[in-house]
Amino acid sequence: MELGITILVTVLQIAAVLGVVLTHVAYLTYAERKILSDMQDRLGPMEVGPHGLLQPLADGLKLFFKEDIIPAGANKIIFSAAPILVLVPALIGFAVVPFGRDSLQIGAIEITPYITDINIGLLYILAFSSLGAYGILLGGWASNSKYSLLGGLRSAAQVISYELPLGLALVGPILLSESLSLTDMTVAQGGGIWRWFIVSQPVAFVIYMICAIAETNRLPFDLPEAESELVAGFFTEYSGMRFSFFFLAEYANMILVSCIAVVAFLGGWQAPLPALEFIPPIVWFLAKVYFLLFFYIWLRATVPRLRFDQLMAFGWKVMLPIALVNVLLTSIVKYFLNQWAEK
Amino acid sequence: MAAQLLFFYFGGVTIAGAIVAVTSRNIVYSALSLLVAFIHIAGIYVLLNAEFIAAVQILVYAGAILVLYLFVLMLFNPSEEKLYLHKQAKVGIFLGVVVLFMMLFAGYKTEIIGKGGPLTAQAVKEMGHTRVIGNALFTDYLFPFEVASLILLVAMFGAIVLAGRGVHRKKGPAGRIDLSYRDKLPKKSSETPEEVIVGR
Amino acid sequence: MIPLSYYIVVSTTMFVVGLVGILIRKNFLIILFSIELMLNAANINLVAFSHYSGKVDGQVMSIFIIAVAAAEAAIGLAIIIILFRGKATTNVDEMDLMKW
Repeated sequence: MELGITILVTVLQIAAVLGVVLTHVAYLTYAERKILSDMQDRLGPMEVGPHGLLQPLADGLKLFFKEDIIPAGANKIIFSAAPILVLVPALIGFAVVPFGRDSLQIGAIEITPYITDINIGLLYILAFSSLGAYGILLGGWASNSKYSLLGGLRSAAQVISYELPLGLALVGPILLSESLSLTDMTVAQGGGIWRWFIVSQPVAFVIYMICAIAETNRLPFDLPEAESELVAGFFTEYSGMRFSFFFLAEYANMILVSCIAVVAFLGGWQAPLPALEFIPPIVWFLAKVYFLLFFYIWLRATVPRLRFDQLMAFGWKVMLPIALVNVLLTSIVKYFLNQWAEK
Repeated sequence: MAAQLLFFYFGGVTIAGAIVAVTSRNIVYSALSLLVAFIHIAGIYVLLNAEFIAAVQILVYAGAILVLYLFVLMLFNPSEEKLYLHKQAKVGIFLGVVVLFMMLFAGYKTEIIGKGGPLTAQAVKEMGHTRVIGNALFTDYLFPFEVASLILLVAMFGAIVLAGRGVHRKKGPAGRIDLSYRDKLPKKSSETPEEVIVGR
Repeated sequence: MIPLSYYIVVSTTMFVVGLVGILIRKNFLIILFSIELMLNAANINLVAFSHYSGKVDGQVMSIFIIAVAAAEAAIGLAIIIILFRGKATTNVDEMDLMKW
């Protein structure tokens, strides 16, 4: 009986988190179009609903009712599986993100603000997000098209290259909080803005943000789908629902990397000042995530795309050494701080 | 009971994935079923209370090594093989079955003899698996750890030297790669795809 | 509680599948896959023994094995790329330049 309730609560939690994330994904596309158009001095979507507010719904319906085309010569099984292989790793990471501080008590049932708090949380997210490369690579190959294959190869190379500095940048916060659990990491940053890891780890934060943009294939690192060079990269041949899966995965990934950045560097649900703690933690969390998402879109409107060899050289020759040196320095400083604290 | 059911699921899918990986005609399917097997092995590690190893398994094996394989595989433009078994296949399968029974016979009765160590499942849970591994890795196994890093360094150099052979880079403003080595290659491989650009 | 022998059965079967794979396939990549399978089988054994004996040594060893497997994959793929450049095949039987 008790097990049944636990399972029911967990399933409900998963459903709630998925619902919230997917709604955010839908409205992130709307926000992106609106912000971009505002920055380019135009109106953006205005037709559907007031100020185009129902545009994501209309887009979703359109994609849903489109004809599902599988190109001739494509490998049908892998072609159908690839979008799922991209979407699942993007969504699975949300299982360990702590969205708030307080658990909800209803009778004997405790509803936590996260689905689960495993002690390898950050490693879990990194592990599953590294599986995203499969969908890209396989989708590009299975389409039986040169543009798709080239886009898939480029994208996979990019994702693999930038995973290394991304993981190394996260080592800094892990060292400082002495835990891989995202909840512990947030708690370690409590007490005010000066305790956030962005203050003690500014280099790691910058590296993380740059690599996160590269990981999610966003501008200025959107070479995999560089429209002017490769039509649409690895999903050139995709249409309808399968295309929308790739689309959803990209935006879900954006939200996920923003959530990790908020937890690892911006104090998670912690308020910036102790005096501001009367505002619910989840509001702080969402505000920080929204700010980072806005930053992403802002960047898209500002910077041009890199060339592919520049991208690879930047990843391997600039980001990786800096990240390594950062890890080294952080661990030395941490060692002496611990020594000092013991005295 | 639930743990046993989970074990049968993970173990069964692992073995099934391994068999498909070895016998499939299409090498992409092989790679994919290997991926399935690796992920389920991580599940087995979780059942053994080794969460850190499970995460490393997915991160390194599934996320890095197999992606690398798949990457190289894409460059070869894989197609279904017609005659995919080696001529020594029958002997191989026969030997395999013999070895399997021998090893099962030897291994099935295995038990841990002697005194158990201090790290019971409960102790590991209290300390946290990552901490346990880290303690062992940086005290008792520090030297092997350094040697492992040396192995990786040598492998990196080896891979660069081997795969980068014949690729000369001109230092022009565009920073492009000189692909003139292709003209010197035998005709059969004149259609080598872009492996040089991506694979360096 | 799952008996130790269950894990041994799984790892043994995996090891033999890898062994048979090396013996019966011609494709260089599949042979590398099979080697990975055998390494993984060894890993399962190490972690299982480590769990049941209450010592962490086996798990540390499995981390080293994973590192070695990564090195092996990099070198193996580099060799495949060179061979493929010269012969445009992944069939091991055709790689007989050194054969006299």
